[in-house]
Amino acid sequence: MKIIVLMKEVPDTYGERKLNLETGLAERGESETVLDEIGERALELAVAQAGQIDDVEITVVSMGPTTATATLRKALAMGADRLVHIADEKLAGADLGLTAEILSAAIRRAGFDLIIAGNVSTDGLGGVMPAMIAELLGVPHASTLSSVDISDGRVSGIRETDSGSMRVTAELPAVISITDRFPAARFPNFKGIMAAKKKPVETLTAADLGIDPEALDTPRSIMLAVSQRPPRAAGTKIVDEGDGGEKLAEFLVQNRLA
Amino acid sequence: MMTAFPADAILVLIEVMPSGALARSAAGLLGAASDVGTPVALIVTGADRAASAAQAAGELGAAFALTADPGTDSSSLAVPTVDALSAAADLVRPDAILVSNSIDGRDIAGRFAARSRLALAVDAVGIARDEEGIVAHHSVYGGAYTVDCAPTFGPPVVTVREGAVEVRAEATTPQVELLSVTPSGAAAATIESFEERAVTSSRPELRGAARVVAGGRGLASQEQFALVEELADVLGAAVGASRAAVDAGWVPNSYQIGQTGISVSPQLYVGIGISGAIQHRAGMQTAKTIVAINKDPDAPIFDIADFGVVGDVFTVVPQLIAALSARKA
Ligand SMILES: Cc1cc2nc3c(=O)[nH]c(=O)nc-3n(C[C@H](O)[C@H](O)[C@H](O)COP(=O)(O)OP(=O)(O)OC[C@H]3O[C@@H](n4cnc5c(N)ncnc54)[C@H](O)[C@@H]3O)c2cc1C
Ligand SMILES: Nc1ncnc2c1ncn2[C@@H]1O[C@H](COP(=O)(O)O)[C@@H](O)[C@H]1O
Repeated sequence: MKIIVLMKEVPDTYGERKLNLETGLAERGESETVLDEIGERALELAVAQAGQIDDVEITVVSMGPTTATATLRKALAMGADRLVHIADEKLAGADLGLTAEILSAAIRRAGFDLIIAGNVSTDGLGGVMPAMIAELLGVPHASTLSSVDISDGRVSGIRETDSGSMRVTAELPAVISITDRFPAARFPNFKGIMAAKKKPVETLTAADLGIDPEALDTPRSIMLAVSQRPPRAAGTKIVDEGDGGEKLAEFLVQNRLA
Repeated sequence: MMTAFPADAILVLIEVMPSGALARSAAGLLGAASDVGTPVALIVTGADRAASAAQAAGELGAAFALTADPGTDSSSLAVPTVDALSAAADLVRPDAILVSNSIDGRDIAGRFAARSRLALAVDAVGIARDEEGIVAHHSVYGGAYTVDCAPTFGPPVVTVREGAVEVRAEATTPQVELLSVTPSGAAAATIESFEERAVTSSRPELRGAARVVAGGRGLASQEQFALVEELADVLGAAVGASRAAVDAGWVPNSYQIGQTGISVSPQLYVGIGISGAIQHRAGMQTAKTIVAINKDPDAPIFDIADFGVVGDVFTVVPQLIAALSARKA
C-alpha cells in the first residue's frame, strides 16, 4: 500500500512569527522553522500502520522553500521511506489553488492508495488542502478524523464536526485529514537517523510536474495589503487575598460584562 | 421559470443543522453578503424542510433562496452540496461565493473552488467591495496581522469566520426556487452514523459567541471542569478549553480554542487555569476584554489580560460565581 503523508515546514509557533509587510510572505529568516506538528502526527499514524500492514511504502510530499529539505529530512528519520520535495522560487506565495494543483500532481506522479494530511496547518490555517486535493484527484475525502481504521481496502474513522461526531468510511484510494487528538510523533532514534541518510530525496520544480505557476488562465488569490496590529498590553493584575473573586466580579460589572 | 439574478448577486451557502434549523453562521454570512451585494441563499436540505428554511433565510436577509434536495445522497460527505453549489454558481453567476468557515464549510468550499478553478480565500473576518470586485479581510498569526486578498479575476470563494461579521441584513421575503442539480458522480466518503452533540439550549455555541469562559489543565479533572461550565452559565457565555483539557478528555474536540482549534473574538474571554501558551493565545487574543485566573503570577496569559487574578481557581471562581449570582438575584 502506498501511503502519502503531506507535511510542511512552518515557522515555529513558539517563536515570534513575522510577515513581511511588503510581500505578505512569512519572514523565513526571522523565526525558527520546524516540521508542522500536525504533519508529524500524520506521519506517526502512517508509521504505525506500516507496522501492522504488509508492504507499506510511505512517501512524504511537501511543497516549500529549498531550504526546507533539511527540516523535511527529519521525516525520513521518523520512518518515512522517501521524500518528494517541490521547491521552486516561482511557488513562493503560491495561493491555495496553486498549492493544491502542485501537491496533487506530485501525489499522482508518486502513486497513492491513501493520503494522510493534517486538518489545519499552523501557518496557513486553511484547513482546505485535503478536500481540494481529493477533488483534484477525483477521490473521496474524510476530514478532521480523531480515529482511523484501515482495512479491506477502506479507511474509516470518527469525524468530529462542529455539531457532533460521525462515523465515516471511504474506499481507497482516499484522502484523510487528522486532528491533534492523534498521538504526538516519536522522536527519531539513532538508527532512524542513520537509515535516513540512504533514503531517496527527490526535489522537483513546478515545470517537472507540468505546471506553469505564472499561467494567467486560472484565477489566483493575491495579497493586496498587509498591516501589523499593535500588540496587546497587560492590564491590571491582582493577587488574591481572599477577595479576588469579588474584585473580579466588580471589574466585570463595571465594564458591563456581567 | 427562469429567475433573473441581480448583477451584484452574492451566493451564500447556508448550512442546515440536523434538526432542520439554519446554522447560526447564516446571519453573519447573509449580513456580509448584503453589505456588498444582493444575497442569494443556497439551502441543501430535504424537500419537506425547504420552504421553512427558505423563509428563515429570508428573515436573515436572503433576497433569493435556491433550495436543493440531496435525496438519497445525503449520506455522502460534502459532495452533494458541492454539486449543488456548482449548479447554483452556474445559474446565479455571482460576484462571490460565501461559505461558513466551519469544518463542513471548509471541505465544501475547498472542493468547490478546486472543481470550478476559482480563487479561494479562507477564514475571512470581513469582506468589502472595491472597483475590481470582492476583497476578503483576514486576521493572521493569531491576529498579529491583517491581510487583504482578492482574486486576479473571477468571483472569489470565501469562507467567513463565524462571529466575525456583525452586520445583519434586513428581513425580506425571498423569491424561492428549486434548483435542479446534476450529480457529479465524484467519489465521496459515506456517513455511516451521526451523533449530534447534546446541546445545552441555554448555552451559546463557541464559534461566534459574545462571551467565552475557557478552562485548562489547572482544573485538574473532568468533575472539576464543571466549575468552568457553572461560571459560563452565570455569564451567559460559551464554554471553551485549552488543548491540554481536550487532550485529557474532559471536553470534546470542538471546545478547543487556539492555533489548531477555534478562533474566537468575543467581547469577553475568561481563562481559568490556562497558562496562555502562544498557540492558545493565537485563538483568543483578539477578544475585546481578557480576564485570567491562574495561580502562577508568571503565566503568559497575564501578559495580555486586561484583568488578571493570581490565585487558586478553586477559591476565586466559586467566589466570583457567588458574587455574580448575588447581584443577579
Ligand atoms: C503546533 C501546536 C499547536 C497547538 N495548538 C493548540 C491549540 O489550538 N490550543 C491550545 O490551547 N493549545 C495548543 N497547543 C498546546 C499549547 O502549547 C499548550 O500546551 C496548551 O495550551 C496548554 O494548556 P493549559 O494552559 O491548559 O495547560 P498548562 O500549560 O499546563 O497550564 C495550566 C495552568 O494552570 C495553572 N493552574 C494549575 N492549577 C491551578 C489552580 N488550582 N488554580 C489556578 N491556576 C492553576 C498553572 O499555573 C498553569 O499556568 C499547541 C501546541 C503546538 C505545538
Ligand atoms: N505546502 C504544503 N506541502 C505539503 N502539505 C501541505 C502543504 N500545505 C498544506 N499541506 C497539508 O494540508 C494540511 C492542511 O493544511 P492547510 O489547508 O494549509 O491548513 C497540512 O496539515 C498538510 O498535511
